[in-house]
Amino acid sequence: MPYALCFLLFIIGLLCAVVKKNMVKIIIGLAIMEYAVNLFLIMLGYRAGGTAPIISPTDINPEGALVPEFTLSSVDPLPQALVLTSIVIGLGTLALMVSICIRTYEKYGTFDITQIRRLQG
Amino acid sequence: MKGMTVIVKTVSSWTKVLIFLFGIYIVLFGHLTPGGGFAGGVILACSYVLLLLAYGREFAEKNLSLGTASKLDCAGSLLFAAIALTGFLYGSASFFYNFIQQEYLAGHNTAFKLVSAGIIPLANIAIGLKVGASLFMIVILLSAFRPEMSGREKE
Amino acid sequence: MTVPLPVFVAIPLVMAFFLPLCGDRFKRLATFLANVAVLILLVLAITTIGKSCSYKVGRWPIPLGINMVLDGLSCLLLLTISVVSTAAMLFSTRYMEQYTAKSKYLSLFMLMLAGMNGVVLSGDIFNVFVFLEIASIASYALVGFGCEHEQLEASFKYAVLGSVASSLILFAIGLVYGNTGTLNMAYISQAIETRGLNHGLTFALAMFITGFGLKAALVPFHAWLPDAHPAAPAPISAMLSGVLIKALGVYVLVRLLFNVFGISETISWVLIVLGVLSMVVGVFLAVGQWDFKRLLAYHSISQMGYVVLGIGLGAMILVRKGDITWAALAILGGLFHLVNHAVFKSLLFLTSGSIEMATGTRQLKQLGGLSTVMPLTRANCAIASAAIAGVPPFNGFWSKLILVIAAVGSGFYTLAAVTVIVSLVTLISFLKVHRYIFLGELPDNLRQCRENKGTMFVAMALLAVLCLTMGALVLVPSLKAGILDPAVAVLIDRFEYSAKLLAGSK
Repeated sequence: MPYALCFLLFIIGLLCAVVKKNMVKIIIGLAIMEYAVNLFLIMLGYRAGGTAPIISPTDINPEGALVPEFTLSSVDPLPQALVLTSIVIGLGTLALMVSICIRTYEKYGTFDITQIRRLQG
Repeated sequence: MKGMTVIVKTVSSWTKVLIFLFGIYIVLFGHLTPGGGFAGGVILACSYVLLLLAYGREFAEKNLSLGTASKLDCAGSLLFAAIALTGFLYGSASFFYNFIQQEYLAGHNTAFKLVSAGIIPLANIAIGLKVGASLFMIVILLSAFRPEMSGREKE
Repeated sequence: MTVPLPVFVAIPLVMAFFLPLCGDRFKRLATFLANVAVLILLVLAITTIGKSCSYKVGRWPIPLGINMVLDGLSCLLLLTISVVSTAAMLFSTRYMEQYTAKSKYLSLFMLMLAGMNGVVLSGDIFNVFVFLEIASIASYALVGFGCEHEQLEASFKYAVLGSVASSLILFAIGLVYGNTGTLNMAYISQAIETRGLNHGLTFALAMFITGFGLKAALVPFHAWLPDAHPAAPAPISAMLSGVLIKALGVYVLVRLLFNVFGISETISWVLIVLGVLSMVVGVFLAVGQWDFKRLLAYHSISQMGYVVLGIGLGAMILVRKGDITWAALAILGGLFHLVNHAVFKSLLFLTSGSIEMATGTRQLKQLGGLSTVMPLTRANCAIASAAIAGVPPFNGFWSKLILVIAAVGSGFYTLAAVTVIVSLVTLISFLKVHRYIFLGELPDNLRQCRENKGTMFVAMALLAVLCLTMGALVLVPSLKAGILDPAVAVLIDRFEYSAKLLAGSK
């Protein structure tokens, strides 16, 4: 059920990026899409009633191996690493698109994409 | 970009140092607590952005000029690449090999201490340097947008 | 002793962050270092022919760590990327003098190259996504490099559609991880082979085809390409059209469909339909264009249709358990056309850049009679046009012939007919290009144009020589067995990819 809501958020972001006419709103729609995907990735690792996957000294038994209760009760840490990478990538794309937007405003004088139509055919 | 009032300037000159120190803490303890290179780098950049907001653009650029930020950025990446490529000295199939942990600290039990986990803190420092410098450059360059320049090239 | 695989990614990345330090004062040193780096990559790529290995990054064993895999298909694409980027970098030493901030251009070019090499060599699906994004973001910035009106508009359009594609791909990667529990491509294919596809994985497959179809500019998703490729500077158009849409779009799609998910009848039909639509729509929209680079961009869409058609045909024959030689021939035709298209399309874009630098315009109606003032460019353009139209003995002829033979031999007569018709229309549109640019009257304002010599000519001549001689790759049996057959074998053997990888790691 939460996955379906995540997908709904993705569709809302996609709709916003496709329908809106202001360039800044298109960028916001893309950001909503990216964050919906990040949310979906985090929810994949979730375990009901789980704990954060940070090892503390009590989780190691005297031989140096991991205590089994830790792996049985912690959430999956791999999607968290994926989401960290994805957030950084989203930041880079967002910064680039905003700077393109600013330069376009300096050239055309408007943010409206229906008036930025020199490329035809 | 103009600065703000005297109260804001005074308080921010105290807090920016604390923010910078907090950023260094998050970068250094990245292998023990959540955080690490990227999050710590963002906080480091935030301290300079506070300087930009409170004092204005010219003062912030005098403090850390764009050329210096660009060179710090490249230096951070080259440091990360150097750490990764040093693994090649230890035999084949060892790009990004954790040589400090496996070769030198293998027998010792150094878990949960600050000096542990081999190359990971060094990589965190490199990434924190790079991300801090990059985000500062992005914010300064994007804040140069002036609405009155829009009427220049209307067709 | 094989070269360690991360150097293909490490060398461009180190160069990308070292070149901005040179800045504007040491521009010639920066350009020289960039050229040397690309040449070193070409030499290293040539030494990987015929080898296949897997490299564990950081000595972590495979399900825990990331590995980089080199097999026949990766080797073929590495060679293509290296050759085209050498030519583009040589060309841009003089071409990019028109723009300011040349060191930033070189740095972005190196980042794009590092991203493409990483996509081709990676063995882990999320690593593919990270390198895909590196290459895509670098290419969005490079398309808008001149900051003129059309370039910014084209760059924004390309960035929006590319981000949509990347989000779809990441969503699908999340679905795959949720359903199989691992991110390594060999382990995923093993899990799918034993358990079969469920609803989540089928949905992920549909999203992968959409996302990578957007990156490869197949027909329902091609809207960004006719705006982005003409607006970019000429060597970047050559790189985008020549290797980026192939390495990021077609290669990953083919790797996922054949080696990871396994092909079925529906997927083969989808590939064939996408291929035919791209071929037909691309070429008919190209004939009516009056802007040289926009015409070339539409032809890119059409030629990518050939590649996807060849691969879809091979997949269909494999699924229906037909004769394996016809399937191998179809896939060989598709992959060989991919390599050929990289060479002749990038040569065409470089000649258009040479014409634009000499005359200042790209509109066919304003050009004319350039054969008297620019004979070398005319020769290069003639060679490339003959190659793309499929005139023997240039390389385009051989790959189209193989595709037609495979289609006829396995009974798909309508597909063969469509292929031949599209070739004829391609020939017509390039005859039109030649008549308008090189033959006819020289307008008065163009009488002072001079030929572009030096590094630009060397780059174009290199690609022209390859156009002439690459037919040897299928005619000479030892070259074919060394370079093309391993690539075909990787796709035909399907799940052998994962079996070899997992057996080798134990």
